[in-house]
Amino acid sequence: MKKVWTIATKDFRSYFTSPIAYIVIAGFLTIMGWMFFFNLSHFNSMNLQYRSYGMGKSVSISEGIIRPLYGNMNVILLFLTPFITMRLFSEEKKLHTIELLMTSPVTLMETILGKFLSAFLLVLVMVGITFTYPVILFLTGNPDIGVVFTSILGTLLLSGCYLSIGILFSAMTENQIVAGALTFASGLFLWLISWASQSTGPVMGEFLNYLSLIGHYNNFSQGMIQSGDVIFYVSFIGLGLFFTHQVLDSYRWR
Amino acid sequence: MINVSHLTKQYGPRSAIQDLSFEIHPGEIVGFLGPNGAGKSTTMKILTGFMPATSGSATVAGYEVFKNPIELKRNIGYLPETPPVYLDMVVRDYVEFAAKLHDVPKSKLKTAVDLALEKTSLTDVGKRIIGNLSKGYRQRVGLAQALVHNPKVLILDEPTVGLDPKQIIEIRELIKSLAGDHTVILSSHILPEVTATCQRIIVISKGKIVAQDTLDQISARLRKGLIYNMTIKNPSSDAAQSIQSISGVKSASLAGNKLIIELTQSGMDSRDQIVAAAVGKGLGVLEFSSEKVNLEDIFLQLTTEEKIS
Repeated sequence: MKKVWTIATKDFRSYFTSPIAYIVIAGFLTIMGWMFFFNLSHFNSMNLQYRSYGMGKSVSISEGIIRPLYGNMNVILLFLTPFITMRLFSEEKKLHTIELLMTSPVTLMETILGKFLSAFLLVLVMVGITFTYPVILFLTGNPDIGVVFTSILGTLLLSGCYLSIGILFSAMTENQIVAGALTFASGLFLWLISWASQSTGPVMGEFLNYLSLIGHYNNFSQGMIQSGDVIFYVSFIGLGLFFTHQVLDSYRWR
Repeated sequence: MINVSHLTKQYGPRSAIQDLSFEIHPGEIVGFLGPNGAGKSTTMKILTGFMPATSGSATVAGYEVFKNPIELKRNIGYLPETPPVYLDMVVRDYVEFAAKLHDVPKSKLKTAVDLALEKTSLTDVGKRIIGNLSKGYRQRVGLAQALVHNPKVLILDEPTVGLDPKQIIEIRELIKSLAGDHTVILSSHILPEVTATCQRIIVISKGKIVAQDTLDQISARLRKGLIYNMTIKNPSSDAAQSIQSISGVKSASLAGNKLIIELTQSGMDSRDQIVAAAVGKGLGVLEFSSEKVNLEDIFLQLTTEEKIS
């Protein structure tokens, strides 16, 4: 476990010694800030309209700001996480530094977990900074803390899945661009896979819905933590890392 | 310290090494010598536990390779052909990272890193980013990485490749100073490289060991180059004696229609006299040639590929 941390801190630091972390974080915050501002002003004008027409109902903060905010964040993360994971193993292979890891008294799984953890920590930093938005809402309004919490949890679990796919593709190639592109394409595909469920039979449709990454996020966005969703995400991450292990293990048999 | 028996590695139908067996004793510096593609790197990769062998077994520092990979790797320092350095890291941090990976305890971390940097004369560049360093420095950073956990066995794959002559001498001195405390295997395709540092040489060619011995004994065998064969038409019993009487000839003996003539070191100049005498005696000289030693061929191949001082 100590080695996992050693590798994680080394890779986490190298995000910040290269421009990657700064660019990804800056891009993420710019877009998220813009979206938060837009959500907030839209929310205000909607409630103003409802009140002035005396329609007797209003949009809740959870409904009007938090849900779209974290929903959008998931899309942005789908775009940005490939940049975080694409170099993790491909660069090690290209620069032969993987030989150091593979000839050190470290198991392959420890290495993979370390890499995953470093990427996850970076996502945690990104999502952590955007926690200022709910804080602003808490200072000025009365949002449902439960929904904020579950949305963040769901977002982190979903990003974990993106990272897991990313690490797998990164282990498969020496080319960072290839790894990044494949990660993005697969992430998006696994997100949109449920589209086909309307035109397939009920059983197949159910199955495709189940596979959809975003499908399991819906409950989180409504303030619910369902064990099924958590299990899906965690096992998805685990499976990705397991395949990574197999890929890297086969690498040395060649 | 290192025990290899019948090691074979196949890449598909092509075998990189075939039935390799050798033994290396504690504290020895042993050189793997062979042309490019002879199987040196493959052997080293197997010994470090990086890749498994197809068949055969290897024991390093008392641990069976691949049965005890973690214990094994803790006792090995490995410098691959390409130094495995992270270009965006600072030298010191990198060596420290390698130390942590190799279970150097936290209390000894600083001393271990300091010592490794000192041994490889990197103390001055400790704070620089590896990517900004020259090839020679990167190589030394790689070496510091291999040394930092004070391993019993050091496996160095072409440690002086790409260095300038001054650096080569420095690295050689460093490797020599490691003998005794560490068991060192280094590979090279350059003969002088190996003769300058190693006590024992294992020559590999096309995946097989063609010679393994101490330097002295190998060069003694090389001195067979002073043996000449003369094929003659009319072998007579006194032919050998008449040749032997020429100065510079150490011994001459007749075997069938072949005269085997061994020259002294200075005897090379009297080759013309030998031929003249043989012709004068009417032996009917058909051929006069130096004896071909297989090892010499290999050495020749090696040494003509690249020459360094």
